[in-house]
Amino acid sequence: MKKARLIGAAIVGFGMTLTAAAYAEDEVRSGYYWATEETKAMQDDDFANPGFIWVESGSEHWTKVEGDAGKACQSCHENAEKSMVGVANKYPKYREDMGKLQNVEQRINECRTKFMKAKAFKWESEPMLALTTYVRHQSKGLPVEVDIDGPARKFYEAGKAFYNERRGQLDMACKHCHQDNAGGILRANVLTQGQSNGFPTYRLKWNKIGSLHRRFRGCNKQVRSKPFAYGADEYVNLELFLNHRGTGLKIETPAVRN
Amino acid sequence: MAKARLKVPKKAKKGDIITVKSLISHPMETGQRKDKKGNKIPRKIINNVVCNYNGKKVLESNWAPAISANPYLAFNLRASESGTVEVIWTDDDGSKTTQSAKITVS
Repeated sequence: MKKARLIGAAIVGFGMTLTAAAYAEDEVRSGYYWATEETKAMQDDDFANPGFIWVESGSEHWTKVEGDAGKACQSCHENAEKSMVGVANKYPKYREDMGKLQNVEQRINECRTKFMKAKAFKWESEPMLALTTYVRHQSKGLPVEVDIDGPARKFYEAGKAFYNERRGQLDMACKHCHQDNAGGILRANVLTQGQSNGFPTYRLKWNKIGSLHRRFRGCNKQVRSKPFAYGADEYVNLELFLNHRGTGLKIETPAVRN
Repeated sequence: MAKARLKVPKKAKKGDIITVKSLISHPMETGQRKDKKGNKIPRKIINNVVCNYNGKKVLESNWAPAISANPYLAFNLRASESGTVEVIWTDDDGSKTTQSAKITVS
């Protein structure tokens, strides 16, 4: 009798650890899931969503001729609403000639310097945010699908290691908040899984749209570590890992978060 | 660079209540914040919004520093005649941003 009860307890205990693990690893949830009703409503209405200011301004940059080659984005890529569908959801991508990953922002700047012979945009500048938002918005509703096989594997593993590595004075890794305690409360904020599918995201706290790397830097500062530069290899690797971690989620750009 | 958006239904029946939605990109600097050197950042907000329907004022609103950045304003209007709905935002520096949309009332 006693033995049976013990076995029962063991089964219950085992079941509990299973669900906890499933919650953190198998049930992928977008930040939308934890957003307040008001924030969700703001994101759902394409008009009330302030992120669309950047989408609109991005469409203007798309057609704007700049640089010595006398080209605009549309000179090669034509209509973004057709050509850019299902493009940004596959980034970052491995580039053989560069020997590393490249994300959307870096791809835009490569196009600008190489083909348009124009000056590269500064990271987090208005035109850069607008264009990235515009390009990624074209993939809205499509699932995140990044390639982590072959040569990209190494960078995926590096991103994963970064994610699980403790850093800063607080000695915390990304996973401590966003995997182990996702759905929990950190002071007054709800911790999300830290998914990347809505970026560039309009954050109410920022009063504007911001890139994923800005968010990385913010998180790094909060655990009191020295943030890496925008577009640093460490962050691009992390971006690949995060996107893969969010496989199954749909692109929400421009998402609205608090 | 204030970019404004305005959404008015293209068509409406006479007497219908329509929803007008507007959004303007604006920092709405409150005047309470300080920069890194400790100097006050001067206030720069949109302090007045007016909506004209065929030249007739149908809404006026005075805004204060507590209004968020990139303010969104939606309101209802009774569709009485075809014409233009125009929204004018006035900045602290006196500059005005105007956006208008046409509506056909049958």
